[in-house]
Amino acid sequence: MTDVPQQKPDLAEVVLAARNVAKSYGNVHALKGVNFDIHRGQVTTLFGENGAGKSTLMKILSGVIQPTSGEIILDGKPVAFNNSTEARDRGISIIHQELSLAPNLSVRDNIFMGREIMGPTGVDFAEEERQARRLMAELEEDIDPLTPVEELRLGQQQIVEIARALSVDSRILIMDEPTSALSASEVEVLFKVIRDLTAKGVSIVYISHHLEEALQITDHAVVLRDGTMTAYAPRAGIDLEWIVRNMVGDNYDLGSPPEGHVFGEVALSVRDLTVADPKGGAFNVVDRLSLDLRAGEVVCIYGLMGAGRTELLETVAGRLRASSGEVVLEGREISHLSIAERIARGLALVPEDRQRDGLVQTMSVGENLSLASIASFTKGLFTQKKAERALIDASIREVTVKTSGPAAAIGSLSGGNQQKVVIGKMLATKPRVIMLDEPSRGIDIGAKAEVFKLLAEEAKRGLAVIYSTSEVGECLSIAHRIIVMHKGRISAEFDSNVSKEKIMAASGESVAA
Amino acid sequence: MSDTTLARTAAAKPAFSLGRLLLEGRAFFALILIVAVFSFLSPNYFTVSNFLIMASHVAIYGILAVGMLLVILNGGIDLSVGSVLALSGVIAGALMQGVEMQALGVILYPPVWAVVVLTCALGAAVGAVNGVLIAWFKVPAFVATLGVMYVARGVALLMTNGLTYNNLSGRPELGNTGFDWLGFNRLAGIPISVLVLAGIAVLAGLMLSRSAFGRWLYASGGNERAADLSGVPVKRVKITVYTLSGMLAAVAGLVLSSQLTSAGPTAGTTYELTAIAAVVIGGAALTGGRGTVRGTMLGAFVIGFLSDGLVIIGISSYWQTVFTGAVIVLAVLMNSIQYGKGPRKG
Repeated sequence: MTDVPQQKPDLAEVVLAARNVAKSYGNVHALKGVNFDIHRGQVTTLFGENGAGKSTLMKILSGVIQPTSGEIILDGKPVAFNNSTEARDRGISIIHQELSLAPNLSVRDNIFMGREIMGPTGVDFAEEERQARRLMAELEEDIDPLTPVEELRLGQQQIVEIARALSVDSRILIMDEPTSALSASEVEVLFKVIRDLTAKGVSIVYISHHLEEALQITDHAVVLRDGTMTAYAPRAGIDLEWIVRNMVGDNYDLGSPPEGHVFGEVALSVRDLTVADPKGGAFNVVDRLSLDLRAGEVVCIYGLMGAGRTELLETVAGRLRASSGEVVLEGREISHLSIAERIARGLALVPEDRQRDGLVQTMSVGENLSLASIASFTKGLFTQKKAERALIDASIREVTVKTSGPAAAIGSLSGGNQQKVVIGKMLATKPRVIMLDEPSRGIDIGAKAEVFKLLAEEAKRGLAVIYSTSEVGECLSIAHRIIVMHKGRISAEFDSNVSKEKIMAASGESVAA
Repeated sequence: MSDTTLARTAAAKPAFSLGRLLLEGRAFFALILIVAVFSFLSPNYFTVSNFLIMASHVAIYGILAVGMLLVILNGGIDLSVGSVLALSGVIAGALMQGVEMQALGVILYPPVWAVVVLTCALGAAVGAVNGVLIAWFKVPAFVATLGVMYVARGVALLMTNGLTYNNLSGRPELGNTGFDWLGFNRLAGIPISVLVLAGIAVLAGLMLSRSAFGRWLYASGGNERAADLSGVPVKRVKITVYTLSGMLAAVAGLVLSSQLTSAGPTAGTTYELTAIAAVVIGGAALTGGRGTVRGTMLGAFVIGFLSDGLVIIGISSYWQTVFTGAVIVLAVLMNSIQYGKGPRKG
C-alpha cells in the first residue's frame, strides 16, 4: 500500500506488524486502518473500551478472520493467513477472550486438540499426558490432565486455555483478556510465566480491562478507540491517566443524571428474590435480594461479570424462574406471569447480548422494532399495515435509528444502531419500568451518549429505569442511585456523588495494584 | 485509487442486480425452464389436460409441503408426515368400512364429512404429540418426528395387518358415498384436489404475511431467544406448527386415498423428503425464519412437473431419482449462496 506508517519502527525488532488494517462487517466498521507493531521478546498491551476493535485486530493477526484491507507483515515480509492453523504454523497463537474449549473432553485432549501427538499406534496419549502435566506444573495449577474441562471452575478453564497456547511453543502469543476469571495469585503466576517467555524471546500481546494489572507487565502500550489507533508509547511514557485519556477521548462527557423532576410512587419492588444457578451450580446466582425503584428514577446496578446482574434482570423479566421471593410491579405481584404478560403490564427488558437475545437477524429493521408490540396493531385476525408503519416510524424517530428505511436488513446497521433498535422495540411497548442489561457493550461513544440522553428524557416523563453495567463511569453519568452487586447480593448502595474507587471496591474488584 | 474503486462498484451494480434477480426468482425460472424443455420434447406436455393432471399429482406434495414450510420456518423438521398420511388414509378407510360396536351389536357407518373431520383431527393429534415432545420435553425435532414416523407407520400396518382397503366408495343405502369426490371430481374443470391445495396455500400465505401468528412464527424461527424475550409465546407457536403439519398430512392422506380409491398402510413412504425438498427448492432456510408459501408452491411444482415430464418423455424412473436429487442439491447450493453472505452473528 502507498500509506507508509508515520513512525519509523525499528524493523529488526518488530516481528509482526499490521499496516493500515481495516475490517468491516457490512456497514459496521470494526477497524478503520490500524498500524500495530509487536516487538521481539516484549509485551505489547492493547488498551481500549468495549467495541474499540481490540479483539477484531487480534483475530486478524492470528488468522481467525481476514482483514477487509491492509496487510500483515511477519519478519519484514507481507503474509496472508487464511485461517488460524496457518498462523499457528508460523508461530502465532492466541488465547481467546471467550473460552474455546470442548467441555466434554479432558484437559489433556483440549490442550492437544487439532494437533494430537501421533505414535505408531495412533494418538500417543501417554506423551500428551506427560506434557499436559508439565504445563500444569509450570502454571502452578493442581489440575489432573484427565479431568473433563466441564468439571473445572471458570478460572481453571482459563488456565487450560493458556496452557494450550503455551504448548505450541509459539514465537508470538496473543492473550485477549486472559485474567478475567483468574484469582490474584493465579494472575501472579501468569505474569511469572509471561516474564519467562519474554526472556526466551517470545513476543506477547496482552489485552486487559484491568489497567493497573496490565501496567505491571507491559513494555509498550497501544490505545484503540472506535477502530482507530489513538496513541502509542513505550512503558516509560505512560501512566494510568494517559491510558484513560486516550481510551475515552477528550469529548468524553455522557452528561449527568437527569434532574429537576420528582420521583413518583414505587414502580417496581423486588422482595427477597433468590434464583438458583440455572447451570446447576451449588450457589444461588441471586441471593435474597431486595430492591425498590420509583417512577422517574434511574438506578444503576454495577458489578463484575458473574455478579448475578443478568440473572436478576432476567428473573424480573420472566425468563428465569425465582426459587423464592416476589416481584411487585405497581403494587401487583407478577411472579407467576409470563414474559408477554409482564410486557403487557409495562415491564420491559433490553437483554445483555443483542445478537443472541435482542434481534431477529432474519427480519427487517421495522419488523424487529414492532416485534414486542404486535398486539397493538392487530385487529381481529390480521395485523394492520398502516398502524404498524406508524409505530415503526415513531420508534425510528424516537430512538434516532440511522437506517435506509424500515425494510433494511437488521445486519446492515452499525452496532450502536442495532442496540437502539432493541431499545426502541421495548420502548414501543410503552413500559412503566425498563431494565437495560449492559446496553453500551460494543457501541461507540456517540451512540452511547444518545442512549443516555434518551433514557434521561424518558425518566423525566416518569419511566423507571434499571441500568446494569460493568463500567463505573456510566453509573456516575446516568444514575440517581448506584447499587453494587457482588455474588448475587447487594454489597453497597450509593447516591450519585460517590467516587469511582468506592464503587469498585464494593464490587470486589482489586483497585490497588 | 479511490477512482478505480468507484468505477468498479458502479460497473458491478447492474450485473449484480441481474444475478440477484435470477437468484431470488430461481424456483420460478427453473419451473419455466422445465415447462419449456418438456414442451419441446413432447407434444403432449403443453396441454391444458396434462397440466391439470400434473397439478393433481402436485397437490399431494404441495399440501404436505405447506405444513413442512411452517415447521421449517420455525427452525424444525417434520419427518412424520409421510407416515401420518398413510395412517390417515387407513383410518379413513376403516371408518368407511364401518365401525362395529360389539357391545351394542351395531355397525356404524359415519357419513363422509364425519370421516374427513375425524381423520383431520387424528392427524392434528399426532402433530400435537410431535409439538409437545419438541416444545415441552425438548426432544430434538429430528428425533421426535423420526420416532413418530415409525409409530404411525406401525399403527397403520397393525390396523390393516399390512393389507389395503380397496373399497372406499361407500354404499348409497348407508348414506356414506362420495369419498371419491376429493380425488376425482372437478369444479369448473379443475380437479378438487388442486382447489384444496390452492385454498390451503392462500390461507397459509395470509396467515404468514398478515396475522400476528405469522409474525410470531418468523420471529421465533429467526431467533427463538429474542422472540421469547419480546413476549412471543414460542412454545405455543411450536406446538401449533406441528399440529398444523399433522393436520395437513391427514388432508393429503384423504386426497391420495380418494384419488386411488384405496388406502394402504405403505402409502406416502418418503413423501416427507419430497415435501422438505419442495420447501428447500422454494428458497426457505433450513435454519428457520426465512421462506414463503409462494416459493414452496413453486418448489412443489418444480418437483412434480419435472418427474411427470420425465415420465411423459419415457425416461426411466431411475433417472428421475437422479434428476430430483440433483435439483435438490442445486437448490440448497443456491440457498447457501443467497443466505451465506454478510456478517453472521458471533
